[in-house]
Amino acid sequence: MLALFYIFIAVAIGVSFWQITRILNFRTVIATDKDNDKQGKYFLWFTAFLYAMMIYCLIFMNVIMLPESASIEGEHDDNLFNITFILIGIVQFIMQFLLFYFAYKYRGKKENKALFYADSHKLEAIWTITPAVVLVVLIGYGLWQWNNIMDLSDAEDPLVVEVYSKQFIWEARYAGDDNSLGRGNVNYIEGANTMGVDMSDLNAQDDKKVSAIEPILYLPKGRKIVFKFRSQDVLHSAYMPHFRAQMNCVPGMVTEFGFTPKFTTDEMRLQSEVVEKTAVINKIRSEKGEDPYEFDYILLCNKICGASHYAMQMKIVVLEQEEFNKWYAEQPTLGEQLAVN
Amino acid sequence: MSDHHHKETFVTKYIFSQDHKMISKQFLITGIFMGVIGVFMSMLFRLQLAWPEKSFTIIEAFLGPHQSDGVMSPDIYLALVTIHGTIMVFFVLTAGLSGTFSNLLIPLQIGARDMASGFLNMVSYWLFFLSSIIMVISLFVEAGPASAGWTVYPPLSALPQAIPGSGTGMTLWLVSMAIFIASSLIGSLNYIVTIFNLRTKGMKMTRMPLTMWAFFITAIIGVVSFPVLLSASLLLLFDRSFGTSFFLSDIFIQGEVLHYQGGSPVLYEHLFWFLGHPEVYIVLLPALGITSEVIATNSRKPIFGYRAMIGSIMAIAFLSTIVWGHHMFVSGMNPFLGSVFTFTTLLIAIPSAVKAFNYITTLWKGNLQMNPAMLFSIGLVSTFVTGGLTGLVLGDSALDINVHDTYFVVAHFHLVMGVSAILGMFAGVYHWFPKMYGKMMNKTLGYWHFWLTMISAYGVFFPMHFIGLAGLPRRYYTNTNFPMFDDVADVNVVITLFAILGGVSQIIFLANFFISIYRGKAATQNPWNSNTLEWTTPVEHIHGNWPGKLPEVHRWAYDYSKVDENGEYIHGEDFVLQTVPLKDGEDPS
Repeated sequence: MLALFYIFIAVAIGVSFWQITRILNFRTVIATDKDNDKQGKYFLWFTAFLYAMMIYCLIFMNVIMLPESASIEGEHDDNLFNITFILIGIVQFIMQFLLFYFAYKYRGKKENKALFYADSHKLEAIWTITPAVVLVVLIGYGLWQWNNIMDLSDAEDPLVVEVYSKQFIWEARYAGDDNSLGRGNVNYIEGANTMGVDMSDLNAQDDKKVSAIEPILYLPKGRKIVFKFRSQDVLHSAYMPHFRAQMNCVPGMVTEFGFTPKFTTDEMRLQSEVVEKTAVINKIRSEKGEDPYEFDYILLCNKICGASHYAMQMKIVVLEQEEFNKWYAEQPTLGEQLAVN
Repeated sequence: MSDHHHKETFVTKYIFSQDHKMISKQFLITGIFMGVIGVFMSMLFRLQLAWPEKSFTIIEAFLGPHQSDGVMSPDIYLALVTIHGTIMVFFVLTAGLSGTFSNLLIPLQIGARDMASGFLNMVSYWLFFLSSIIMVISLFVEAGPASAGWTVYPPLSALPQAIPGSGTGMTLWLVSMAIFIASSLIGSLNYIVTIFNLRTKGMKMTRMPLTMWAFFITAIIGVVSFPVLLSASLLLLFDRSFGTSFFLSDIFIQGEVLHYQGGSPVLYEHLFWFLGHPEVYIVLLPALGITSEVIATNSRKPIFGYRAMIGSIMAIAFLSTIVWGHHMFVSGMNPFLGSVFTFTTLLIAIPSAVKAFNYITTLWKGNLQMNPAMLFSIGLVSTFVTGGLTGLVLGDSALDINVHDTYFVVAHFHLVMGVSAILGMFAGVYHWFPKMYGKMMNKTLGYWHFWLTMISAYGVFFPMHFIGLAGLPRRYYTNTNFPMFDDVADVNVVITLFAILGGVSQIIFLANFFISIYRGKAATQNPWNSNTLEWTTPVEHIHGNWPGKLPEVHRWAYDYSKVDENGEYIHGEDFVLQTVPLKDGEDPS
């Protein structure tokens, strides 16, 4: 069966080569005025195709894009993104138009003469300075926002959470009542101590680990979360797209990221973009006979980490502060958990 | 080097040739062979992405033990993605593009008999050939080829326990790359020395065609950055085989703590991207150089802003070596470094914009000859603009956080370096085919090839930006584990259909290429009425390029449609070979 398939492919390619030599005259090689005219017009048609596709994507694919930022810090990301996107959209429309329109307008004719026009310092100055000025704005806003996100030194009473990655599981632990995480190292991994926490460190005793049975990362709304990331085997990347958050998890090193959740999971489910997107997804799912989907925040792995990279995830649930505190108080400390074992 | 014919045997003429023209053909054929493999792999994994875990006879036929009943395994999916990237970036777009055209054009366009060292040039090709062979062999080792992504970040690439491809396959990958780098360095040094020393009388640096400038600067970036990848590869080889800890530390895998202490994967990332980013321009600049030449010739106009073009090539080259960190904004490096890299990265937009505007201005009021090479060059400018603009999102560290490693990145770099460079390479092949083989390619097939390629390139990569903005990570075997991505499934199908169309369309090119070598119309000496020196050599290749004396150059390469005050062509035609002396009172431009 397979041999037949190989033969079929070989024959198909062979026949197409043979047909091409038969049909085509390999003497027609240089563009004539007729070709120039035709191809010039095709460029105009292509412009129409390209514009149609761009507009279609911009309008109809809007619904598949991520909803508005669910973190306070991410608001400026969305702003900056919109500014940048509008800008590049405008430039894209103009540049493609000029390019293809000129290709059409100046398509060659025997009797035409091209204009000998080699240089214009004025024009060149314009298109050096204009992008430079625009870039100053983008760079300025971008860098301000970058510092805004990455500088975690001024966070007041943040909730410290360690996110721990390994092939192909996410784990997490909260810093406990002292809000300071106990040391961790792969040498301490043993039995139930899957995150390699050094239990001789006094800070470690009150740490609270996310349940392995129902791995959900609960976070309070409106409080700054400072994440510390570790990995025990290969590189992973903690990607929380709804919060505009991402940081690599690097073996042998602790990395950091922080944000403040802005909507609880329940509030986010009612947000109009989310409602719309969920409806689209559920229509697709019902056609395939699958269970309906309900919006949830998610932590996914975004750095290639092995065969099951595509399945590595953890659910995130954002609660109101009081609800979170209540839930948090009920959780056993790491000291209690490991003592039981 | 002399202009009389040596006695040549079959082996010295076709295999171990030291003639730059033959070596360039060897690079091109090897590049095309690797390109077929690379593109075919992308079609296989696109099938998996559009119809996850469906059975396909073609997958059963080609993936052998790495599939069951025609469904590809996740491991081999990652291997295909990895090898597709490696082959396309290094073997096709570095060696296949730069190797082919630098070799063909440098001696011909500057008026030299051959490269400075014909022997080293031959060594460069054969090292490339050897590395290609090793890379192809790695596809057939038992646990599969390297599969940690084309960037092969450790620890994944260092630990066979983490992914099967990090066994023998990865060792072969590193050996292949080390040999490849040696090939590339020897080639680049040769190009630089040749351009510096062997320019013919009158060929000042400022009279060289822009292709020469592009190849020259490309070779310099290659020499500056490739050695760093070599050291990264060697250190990784040491970590893997000899137990050193350059990139590894504190690892617990499969129930045991490994001995590695004190290394950092971030160090590897720095070393890799110190080459990796300049590599983008090693791929792109030759394509832009080719485009400059093709657009000027076929517009029958001088390239607009010759000096600005040289300046922007230099600016891009310089900036390209100090922006590598924009691949690492979320790697855990100091955020202050991120700020610096954002700044330098966005600066690249300025010289890039100058280049794009200058191409468009060159078209303005031209007399455009729509030869296939011209179409591909116009296509290149289009994809370069589309892909380049989204760089403003990715280069901005704050925005990169959320699109990093998503399909938005995949769409961006495929358009701006993949598609653009490959369109430039096609433009070069169509334009210089007469010089390489003494035959012409068929134009009708060229047109079909262009339009199908162009439509499918946009069909694949334009919608891909939006699935990236949906947050879909790259290198996922399937996204069916995430209901939130169910709505991108249809888009993936469309993308795959365009990818298949684009891949299959390349058969038109292959047919045109190989049939034309044998059945194409005999080329005339200067088929495109071009100004540059390569069109003053005889159609039939001779060793030493020019019979008799080397040509003397009297003007720059772009005196197209030069008219006197009465509006008549000064030299009677709309082109003037560089070898034609200035007339009395002619402005030397």
